[in-house]
Amino acid sequence: MVDQADAPVGVEVPAALEMHGIVKRFPGVVANDGVDLEIRKGEIHCLLGENGAGKTTLMRILYGLYQPDDGEIVLHGEPARITSPKAALAHRIGMVHQHFHLVATLSVQENIVLGLSEGTGPFLRSRATRARIERLAEEYGLQVDPAAKVWQLSVGQQQRVEILKALYRDAHILIMDEPTSVLTPQEVDSLFGTLRTLVDDGLTIIFITHKLDEVMEVSDRVTVLQKGKVVATVNTAETSKAELARLMVGREVVFRLEKRTHEHGEVVLEVSDLHASNDRGLPALRGVSFDLHESEILGVAGVSGNGQHELSEVLTGLRRATKGSAILEAKDLTGCSAREIADMGVAHVPTERIRVGTVSSMSVRENLILKSYRSPEYSRWMLLDEKAAQRNAREAMREYEISAPHDGTSAGNLSGGNIQRLVLARELCGSPRFIVAAHPTYGLDVGATEQIRQVLLDQRDNGAGILLISEDLDEIMQLSDRILVLYEGEVMGTVTCDEANIDEIGLMMAGSRREEVGL
Amino acid sequence: MTRPNWLRIERREALTPWVVFSVSFAAIVAALLAAGIFFKGYGVSPVRAYGLIVSGALGNKVGLAETVRRTIPLLLCGVGLTIAFRALFWNIGAEGQLLVGAMAAAGVALFVPLPEVLRLPAMLVAGFIGGGLWALLPAFLKVKLGVNDVISTLMLNYIAAFVMQYLIQGPWKGPTARGFAYTDKFPSSAILARIPGTPIHWLTLILGVVAAVIAFIWVARTRQGFEIRVVGENPDAARYAGISQAKVILVAMLVSGGLAGLAGVGEAAGIHRMLLAPVKLSAGYGYTAIIVAWLARRNPLAVIVTSLLFGVIMAGGDVIKVTLGLPFQLVNVFNGLILFFLIGSEIFMRYKVSIVWRRS
Amino acid sequence: MSWQSWVISTFAFMLSYGTPLLLATLGEIFAERAGVLNLGIEGMMIMGAYSAFVTAYVTGNPWFGVLVAGAVGCGFSIIHAVASITLRANQVVSGLALTLLGLGLSGVLGRPWGGRPLPNTLPEITIPGLSKIPILGPSLFEGHSLLVYIAILLVPVLWYVLFRTRIGITIRSVGEDPATADSLGVSVSRVRYLSVAFGGLLAGVAGGYLSVSYYPAWTEGLTGGMGWIVVALTIFAFWNPGMGLLGSFLFAALYHLSFRLQPWVAPELLRALPYLFAILVLAFVSRGTLQRKAGAPSALTIPYTRGQD
Repeated sequence: MVDQADAPVGVEVPAALEMHGIVKRFPGVVANDGVDLEIRKGEIHCLLGENGAGKTTLMRILYGLYQPDDGEIVLHGEPARITSPKAALAHRIGMVHQHFHLVATLSVQENIVLGLSEGTGPFLRSRATRARIERLAEEYGLQVDPAAKVWQLSVGQQQRVEILKALYRDAHILIMDEPTSVLTPQEVDSLFGTLRTLVDDGLTIIFITHKLDEVMEVSDRVTVLQKGKVVATVNTAETSKAELARLMVGREVVFRLEKRTHEHGEVVLEVSDLHASNDRGLPALRGVSFDLHESEILGVAGVSGNGQHELSEVLTGLRRATKGSAILEAKDLTGCSAREIADMGVAHVPTERIRVGTVSSMSVRENLILKSYRSPEYSRWMLLDEKAAQRNAREAMREYEISAPHDGTSAGNLSGGNIQRLVLARELCGSPRFIVAAHPTYGLDVGATEQIRQVLLDQRDNGAGILLISEDLDEIMQLSDRILVLYEGEVMGTVTCDEANIDEIGLMMAGSRREEVGL
Repeated sequence: MTRPNWLRIERREALTPWVVFSVSFAAIVAALLAAGIFFKGYGVSPVRAYGLIVSGALGNKVGLAETVRRTIPLLLCGVGLTIAFRALFWNIGAEGQLLVGAMAAAGVALFVPLPEVLRLPAMLVAGFIGGGLWALLPAFLKVKLGVNDVISTLMLNYIAAFVMQYLIQGPWKGPTARGFAYTDKFPSSAILARIPGTPIHWLTLILGVVAAVIAFIWVARTRQGFEIRVVGENPDAARYAGISQAKVILVAMLVSGGLAGLAGVGEAAGIHRMLLAPVKLSAGYGYTAIIVAWLARRNPLAVIVTSLLFGVIMAGGDVIKVTLGLPFQLVNVFNGLILFFLIGSEIFMRYKVSIVWRRS
Repeated sequence: MSWQSWVISTFAFMLSYGTPLLLATLGEIFAERAGVLNLGIEGMMIMGAYSAFVTAYVTGNPWFGVLVAGAVGCGFSIIHAVASITLRANQVVSGLALTLLGLGLSGVLGRPWGGRPLPNTLPEITIPGLSKIPILGPSLFEGHSLLVYIAILLVPVLWYVLFRTRIGITIRSVGEDPATADSLGVSVSRVRYLSVAFGGLLAGVAGGYLSVSYYPAWTEGLTGGMGWIVVALTIFAFWNPGMGLLGSFLFAALYHLSFRLQPWVAPELLRALPYLFAILVLAFVSRGTLQRKAGAPSALTIPYTRGQD
């Protein structure tokens, strides 16, 4: 079959994949509203859109994880019903998910072979399988040890296993869902190289992303989705970042927020030689030291899994440090419980706002006093003061624009943005001196993201010292006064926002120290 | 799993009391129908059997008294279990806690020198503490060592029963008649008064109702209740908010075991007025109370109603045993079926199933 | 009693009492490896015991009884499977309900059968040659039924299946990360159903062994809580068949040895010892850190729904 890339200009090559009029509804929202998609063989096609635009839903339908309420899928000219991932794989469609579908306790080889029914009966053809995996890895630059257990691998290596899984099953169409969100800039380059090799070999790649740079760099064509509908499909060569941004959001995108430059104040938090272990007992923080000042946002950059999570937990009393100290106003946080730290006025906006930051089945009102219920303001003797809680809730909902029918609504019924507003309202009341904000805008729409970032900046202007942990380098660059890079539990370097250069930060994220990088 | 095109399954957005009630009601009806098959198997018309149960348990004074008599321990244990379950602690040990409470009360009744007027109050306190401590044991094991709560509470049931058996056959042995061992009868200052002509020991009944009300207010309105609810609904959020899951579990289990212990005091001092073989003292109240608490959806006030329901079932079981010659174990089968249909029906509380009529 | 006869009797008891524990534990290991906690073991065992007894009595063939016991245990476990897998009910409560049902049902149906002696029990065999070994010989290789050796042989077989075959990978993945398994085309429901059914089969056989070989007899409540001990043993075994063998036999041996305390401790308290052992076993084994390194299947007791993140 002729690839689009090889065909003379103007000649239409039959599409490898078409989706017509796809509709998918969930309670309260229409994720895909009559989406038409056309993918040509041998191209890298990007699906661009904000969070919630419907890109992942559409691809999940293609992969058989969801069934469309309406519409049809046409593969190589024939209509196809894809009822499950197994069927998708039978149609040689593979998917590399954003959160890897790997069983951590099994080995690489076992993960790759999982679900396949090749070989003689129930037994594994270990040697033949292993050989084939190694061949594929060699061919596409995806080296990894087949016998290693997945939990032992780095994130980048795990992604390779994901890709190998699809390749092992002869996937001809490869869907990649936000693959670069967990990679360093250098690993991203390596991935793009692999993708080009795959395409040269005749594969077709559908690439879901919300990052304009990537679209411009690697795709042949791009389809822009907004709120469940296709806005446009364009050839990448014929468009620009600005145009794509406009298509994606429908208005001019503000790339820089109002940020007043400040002199930061005195030291609020002094962290010295902090050591801590992760859940598996392995060292996660290995001698982290830094200072945080009043009126300052210190951004912690680094790919997830390099100690950021453990750092936030140690500083908020959810994990014991094995060595070192973190002094806040003459008290060492490492010896305090979560309750004591909360009582000291330390705010914690957790990574997982639904699983950890709120109790979904309880009301907005109760969630707002999740930490403050002990104070005399909300409880006399042993009884809770319902009226005070209600008053507090009404005020918080107004001030932070939390959109909910009333304060008795269950937190679980709120949208992601409103849940985060609730968390902020709770944590930021009382003007805390020290705030730990972990991935505060992850998964939120542009409106909520802007608002929350502005809230953080306002808190900084009011004198708070904020530790901002985020995987979104753009966010870190926008908001931080200083940036600290963590790699494998150590500080690779600290730069001020003026000095910050994304390439050099990328190098630090990948393990080079600041001195080596030449800043 | 592919679903046929005519069946639509959607997540419910809100769980109203009406949905809870109607689904639970439907589950019980389904259980009744399933159990009806058994009656048919014994050659008895299910309608007749159910009619006998209802009229026997509620239709006359004797039956009603029996029903209330059964309700009392179910009520006390049930309220305690709602609290333990709310803290996500699977207390399967109410039976053992009940027995320990009975033993503690018996010890005070027979062997502790006290001014007579204090004897009964002391028994109640001892029963509460005994049951509470027996419940704290597995709570500690879970909190400190991560020991599975289901197994530890269950094992302690057996241990309590054997200890009690040991006591009545050994150091506490009273007169023996026809091979059954039991202790001496309790002195008159150590017995719970009954409503004349009935086996209803009213003090424990009142305690049960009061406990249900207080428990309800405690869970819904107090600081500690708030903590219990957070721990039960989302342990991760509880930890994040600085709520000590350990403390919550310990307090909840103390109360749960204590209430079960009180039920034991009621049986020992109110019904039998002595300590006897475990299987005679408790007809599996601790286990049945699990279903009572589950049906009440962990709401202490609702336990008042559900414990009454199971009181009817147990009293009815006696009736059909006597009049129809059916084995009492049928009650266990019945209870098992109800529990199954209850938990099986819960999916309908989360999802709404409707049939879609498609025009071709 | 001389120490030799004590050793002999302990080893013999270890095999005979340990076998039903082993069988049921092996079954539960498979069910839990697939992510389903089945607390209905007691119910399945007693239903197996009842059906084996009745079948053996009526047909005169004890092996047929064991077969039927397995089928009954299997069928019974399907009820739990439907509730916990398809209807996504709470697995703890569902298992309890199953036990309640099993105890009640066997009590009701078994009433006319209590106290009757079984004419044909499972034959006891003697392994030639090995049975001549001093001490170990008479205790391990003489006087046990074939079922005992079948159970022991099952251990390496099941270990191999779980860790070296495709079926094993599938089962383990379903118990660790059902979402991933699902996305690779594995039918999570089907694997779980089959694992639970297998667990039920073995539990039923274990119960059958009790009524048709170990005692042999039928009374209400024959299993006496053994099913609960099996749940503890599964945890002790770290969900590994080999450790399951060790645990079951060790438990049986300790139980037997505890009777040595008879001159000093009252019989009722001695009977409480197995349950105490179970708690002690768990207390030593359940430490938090231990669980992380070689712990429970991550998705144990969590019902799986596709599309829920």
